[in-house]
Amino acid sequence: MSTEFTSPYAATLGLRREGAGVTMPFADGLLGRPGFLHGGAMAGLLEFTAWVAVLDALPEGATIKPISVTVDFMRGGAMTETHAEAQIVRLGRRVANVLVTAWQDDRAKPVATANLKMMIDRPA
Amino acid sequence: MSEFDAVRFIRAMSRSGHNGMLGIGYHAHGPDWTELALPYREDLIGDPATGILASGPIITLMDMATSIATWLKSGEFRPQATLDLRIDYLRPAEPGKTVIGRGECYKLTRRIAFVRGEAHDGDPAHPVAHVAGTYMFTNVD
Repeated sequence: MSTEFTSPYAATLGLRREGAGVTMPFADGLLGRPGFLHGGAMAGLLEFTAWVAVLDALPEGATIKPISVTVDFMRGGAMTETHAEAQIVRLGRRVANVLVTAWQDDRAKPVATANLKMMIDRPA
Repeated sequence: MSEFDAVRFIRAMSRSGHNGMLGIGYHAHGPDWTELALPYREDLIGDPATGILASGPIITLMDMATSIATWLKSGEFRPQATLDLRIDYLRPAEPGKTVIGRGECYKLTRRIAFVRGEAHDGDPAHPVAHVAGTYMFTNVD
Protein backbone atom coordinates (compact mmCIF):
# COMPACT_ATOMS: atom_id res chain seq x y z
CA MET A 1 0.00 0.00 0.00
CA SER A 2 1.32 3.41 -0.84
CA THR A 3 0.70 5.95 1.88
CA GLU A 4 -0.31 9.36 0.64
CA PHE A 5 0.43 12.40 2.73
CA THR A 6 -3.04 13.35 3.87
CA SER A 7 -1.83 14.59 7.26
CA PRO A 8 -2.34 18.35 7.70
CA TYR A 9 0.56 18.44 10.20
CA ALA A 10 2.88 16.78 7.63
CA ALA A 11 1.81 19.47 5.15
CA THR A 12 2.48 22.18 7.76
CA LEU A 13 6.04 20.83 8.12
CA GLY A 14 6.33 20.63 4.29
CA LEU A 15 7.18 16.90 4.36
CA ARG A 16 7.54 14.95 1.13
CA ARG A 17 8.49 11.41 0.24
CA GLU A 18 11.93 11.01 -1.21
CA GLY A 19 13.52 7.65 -2.02
CA ALA A 20 12.84 5.24 0.81
CA GLY A 21 12.32 8.02 3.32
CA VAL A 22 10.89 11.45 4.00
CA THR A 23 12.42 14.89 3.46
CA MET A 24 11.68 18.10 5.38
CA PRO A 25 12.72 21.27 3.52
CA PHE A 26 14.03 24.16 5.59
CA ALA A 27 11.58 26.94 6.48
CA ASP A 28 11.76 29.84 8.95
CA GLY A 29 8.78 28.31 10.74
CA LEU A 30 10.95 25.32 11.75
CA LEU A 31 13.54 27.35 13.68
CA GLY A 32 14.18 26.81 17.35
CA ARG A 33 17.12 28.68 18.88
CA PRO A 34 18.56 31.15 16.37
CA GLY A 35 20.23 29.39 13.47
CA PHE A 36 19.05 25.88 14.33
CA LEU A 37 16.08 23.67 13.58
CA HIS A 38 13.64 23.16 16.46
CA GLY A 39 14.02 19.73 18.07
CA GLY A 40 10.24 19.40 17.99
CA ALA A 41 10.16 19.78 14.20
CA MET A 42 12.87 17.13 13.89
CA ALA A 43 10.88 14.87 16.20
CA GLY A 44 7.82 15.45 14.00
CA LEU A 45 9.80 14.39 10.91
CA LEU A 46 11.18 11.27 12.66
CA GLU A 47 7.77 10.25 13.91
CA PHE A 48 6.05 10.80 10.58
CA THR A 49 8.76 8.79 8.78
CA ALA A 50 8.12 5.84 11.09
CA TRP A 51 4.38 6.24 10.66
CA VAL A 52 4.44 5.97 6.84
CA ALA A 53 6.98 3.10 6.91
CA VAL A 54 4.80 1.02 9.24
CA LEU A 55 1.58 1.78 7.34
CA ASP A 56 3.32 0.80 4.10
CA ALA A 57 4.26 -2.55 5.64
CA LEU A 58 0.75 -3.34 6.86
CA PRO A 59 -2.31 -4.62 4.96
CA GLU A 60 -4.89 -2.14 3.72
CA GLY A 61 -7.24 -1.00 6.47
CA ALA A 62 -4.75 -1.37 9.33
CA THR A 63 -4.31 1.63 11.64
CA ILE A 64 -1.52 2.57 14.04
CA LYS A 65 -1.17 4.72 17.15
CA PRO A 66 2.07 5.88 18.77
CA ILE A 67 2.76 4.40 22.23
CA SER A 68 6.11 6.02 22.96
CA VAL A 69 8.85 7.89 21.12
CA THR A 70 12.39 8.48 22.36
CA VAL A 71 14.43 10.99 20.38
CA ASP A 72 18.22 11.26 20.71
CA PHE A 73 19.61 14.55 19.44
CA MET A 74 23.21 14.27 18.22
CA ARG A 75 23.91 17.52 16.42
CA GLY A 76 22.20 20.86 16.06
CA GLY A 77 20.07 20.83 12.92
CA ALA A 78 21.33 23.39 10.40
CA MET A 79 19.09 25.63 8.30
CA THR A 80 18.90 23.18 5.41
CA GLU A 81 16.75 20.22 4.40
CA THR A 82 16.63 17.14 6.60
CA HIS A 83 16.15 13.55 5.44
CA ALA A 84 14.89 10.63 7.48
CA GLU A 85 14.62 6.91 6.90
CA ALA A 86 12.94 4.27 9.05
CA GLN A 87 14.01 0.74 9.82
CA ILE A 88 11.26 -1.55 11.11
CA VAL A 89 13.09 -3.69 13.63
CA ARG A 90 10.09 -5.84 14.41
CA LEU A 91 6.61 -5.86 12.93
CA GLY A 92 4.50 -7.84 15.36
CA ARG A 93 0.79 -8.52 15.35
CA ARG A 94 0.08 -5.74 17.86
CA VAL A 95 3.27 -3.70 18.16
CA ALA A 96 5.86 -2.34 15.74
CA ASN A 97 9.36 -1.38 16.94
CA VAL A 98 10.93 1.20 14.65
CA LEU A 99 14.26 3.02 14.49
CA VAL A 100 14.48 6.22 12.47
CA THR A 101 17.61 8.16 11.55
CA ALA A 102 17.67 11.78 10.37
CA TRP A 103 20.59 13.44 8.61
CA GLN A 104 21.31 16.55 6.56
CA ASP A 105 24.28 16.81 4.18
CA ASP A 106 26.06 13.64 5.22
CA ARG A 107 24.19 10.44 5.90
CA ALA A 108 27.06 9.18 8.05
CA LYS A 109 26.51 12.08 10.45
CA PRO A 110 23.03 11.74 11.93
CA VAL A 111 21.43 14.82 13.50
CA ALA A 112 18.92 12.74 15.44
CA THR A 113 17.54 9.23 15.82
CA ALA A 114 14.25 8.02 17.24
CA ASN A 115 13.11 4.74 18.74
CA LEU A 116 9.35 4.28 18.43
CA LYS A 117 6.78 1.80 19.66
CA MET A 118 3.51 1.77 17.75
CA MET A 119 0.27 -0.04 18.48
CA ILE A 120 -1.21 -1.83 15.47
CA ASP A 121 -4.89 -2.41 14.83
CA ARG A 122 -5.28 -4.90 12.00
CA PRO A 123 -8.54 -5.24 10.07
CA ALA A 124 -10.61 -8.17 11.37
CA MET B 1 14.15 33.40 43.43
CA SER B 2 14.53 32.93 39.73
CA GLU B 3 15.53 36.03 37.80
CA PHE B 4 14.75 34.45 34.48
CA ASP B 5 11.74 36.31 33.06
CA ALA B 6 9.69 33.42 31.70
CA VAL B 7 6.67 35.47 30.66
CA ARG B 8 8.75 37.86 28.58
CA PHE B 9 10.85 35.06 27.12
CA ILE B 10 7.81 33.00 26.10
CA ARG B 11 6.12 36.04 24.54
CA ALA B 12 9.21 36.71 22.42
CA MET B 13 9.58 33.04 21.49
CA SER B 14 5.92 32.77 20.46
CA ARG B 15 6.37 35.43 17.80
CA SER B 16 8.70 33.50 15.50
CA GLY B 17 10.20 30.16 14.56
CA HIS B 18 8.57 26.82 15.15
CA ASN B 19 6.83 27.80 18.40
CA GLY B 20 5.28 30.74 16.58
CA MET B 21 4.24 28.53 13.68
CA LEU B 22 2.45 26.18 16.09
CA GLY B 23 0.90 29.03 18.12
CA ILE B 24 2.42 27.94 21.45
CA GLY B 25 1.85 30.50 24.24
CA TYR B 26 2.33 31.17 27.96
CA HIS B 27 0.00 29.65 30.55
CA ALA B 28 1.71 29.67 34.00
CA HIS B 29 5.07 29.20 35.71
CA GLY B 30 6.81 28.64 39.07
CA PRO B 31 10.40 28.41 40.38
CA ASP B 32 11.27 25.26 38.43
CA TRP B 33 8.30 24.66 36.13
CA THR B 34 6.27 26.26 33.39
CA GLU B 35 3.02 25.57 31.60
CA LEU B 36 2.57 26.40 27.91
CA ALA B 37 -0.59 26.24 25.83
CA LEU B 38 -0.98 24.69 22.37
CA PRO B 39 -4.36 25.80 20.95
CA TYR B 40 -6.13 23.27 18.72
CA ARG B 41 -5.71 24.01 15.04
CA GLU B 42 -6.80 22.12 11.96
CA ASP B 43 -3.42 22.35 10.26
CA LEU B 44 -1.85 20.45 13.18
CA ILE B 45 -4.08 17.40 12.81
CA GLY B 46 -2.24 14.11 12.27
CA ASP B 47 -4.96 12.09 10.59
CA PRO B 48 -7.88 13.97 9.01
CA ALA B 49 -10.16 10.95 9.55
CA THR B 50 -10.06 11.44 13.32
CA GLY B 51 -9.34 15.17 13.72
CA ILE B 52 -6.85 14.32 16.49
CA LEU B 53 -3.81 16.58 16.89
CA ALA B 54 -0.60 15.02 15.60
CA SER B 55 1.84 13.98 18.29
CA GLY B 56 4.69 16.07 16.80
CA PRO B 57 3.28 19.42 18.00
CA ILE B 58 2.96 17.92 21.51
CA ILE B 59 6.68 17.01 21.45
CA THR B 60 7.49 20.60 20.45
CA LEU B 61 5.26 21.90 23.27
CA MET B 62 6.96 19.66 25.85
CA ASP B 63 10.47 20.38 24.52
CA MET B 64 9.84 24.10 25.01
CA ALA B 65 8.10 23.76 28.39
CA THR B 66 10.89 21.59 29.82
CA SER B 67 13.61 23.87 28.33
CA ILE B 68 12.08 26.92 30.01
CA ALA B 69 11.87 24.97 33.28
CA THR B 70 15.68 24.47 33.18
CA TRP B 71 16.22 28.24 32.81
CA LEU B 72 13.76 28.96 35.62
CA LYS B 73 15.61 26.57 37.94
CA SER B 74 18.99 27.95 36.79
CA GLY B 75 17.78 31.52 37.37
CA GLU B 76 19.06 32.57 33.94
CA PHE B 77 18.97 31.68 30.27
CA ARG B 78 21.78 29.25 29.39
CA PRO B 79 22.53 27.84 25.95
CA GLN B 80 21.77 24.14 25.90
CA ALA B 81 21.35 21.19 23.59
CA THR B 82 18.67 18.52 23.98
CA LEU B 83 20.34 15.16 24.53
CA ASP B 84 17.16 13.12 24.55
CA LEU B 85 13.44 13.37 25.05
CA ARG B 86 11.07 10.44 25.58
CA ILE B 87 7.34 10.89 25.23
CA ASP B 88 4.64 8.40 26.21
CA TYR B 89 1.30 8.97 24.52
CA LEU B 90 -1.25 8.05 27.17
CA ARG B 91 -4.35 8.86 25.15
CA PRO B 92 -5.27 11.05 22.16
CA ALA B 93 -5.99 14.72 22.88
CA GLU B 94 -9.64 15.53 22.29
CA PRO B 95 -10.24 17.40 19.01
CA GLY B 96 -10.99 21.09 19.57
CA LYS B 97 -9.32 21.33 22.98
CA THR B 98 -6.22 23.35 23.87
CA VAL B 99 -3.36 21.17 25.13
CA ILE B 100 -1.52 22.42 28.22
CA GLY B 101 2.06 21.19 28.61
CA ARG B 102 3.73 21.35 32.03
CA GLY B 103 7.50 20.98 32.13
CA GLU B 104 9.53 20.64 35.32
CA CYS B 105 13.29 20.63 35.91
CA TYR B 106 13.79 18.29 38.88
CA LYS B 107 17.60 18.15 38.92
CA LEU B 108 20.45 20.37 37.75
CA THR B 109 24.08 19.31 37.69
CA ARG B 110 27.01 21.38 36.40
CA ARG B 111 26.43 20.27 32.82
CA ILE B 112 23.09 18.43 32.72
CA ALA B 113 19.45 19.33 33.40
CA PHE B 114 17.00 16.48 34.06
CA VAL B 115 13.40 17.22 33.16
CA ARG B 116 9.97 15.64 33.20
CA GLY B 117 6.49 16.79 32.32
CA GLU B 118 2.92 16.03 31.44
CA ALA B 119 0.42 17.34 28.92
CA HIS B 120 -3.36 17.41 29.38
CA ASP B 121 -6.35 18.83 27.51
CA GLY B 122 -8.31 20.30 30.41
CA ASP B 123 -7.96 17.98 33.38
CA PRO B 124 -4.43 17.54 34.79
CA ALA B 125 -5.60 14.30 36.44
CA HIS B 126 -6.12 12.78 32.97
CA PRO B 127 -2.93 13.53 31.05
CA VAL B 128 -2.55 12.88 27.32
CA ALA B 129 1.24 12.52 27.40
CA HIS B 130 4.17 12.11 29.78
CA VAL B 131 7.77 13.12 28.98
CA ALA B 132 11.25 12.66 30.44
CA GLY B 133 14.43 14.12 29.03
CA THR B 134 17.91 15.55 29.49
CA TYR B 135 19.58 18.75 28.32
CA MET B 136 23.28 19.60 28.29
CA PHE B 137 24.46 23.16 28.95
CA THR B 138 26.82 24.11 26.16
CA ASN B 139 28.56 27.02 27.93
CA VAL B 140 30.39 24.76 30.44
CA ASP B 141 33.87 23.35 29.73
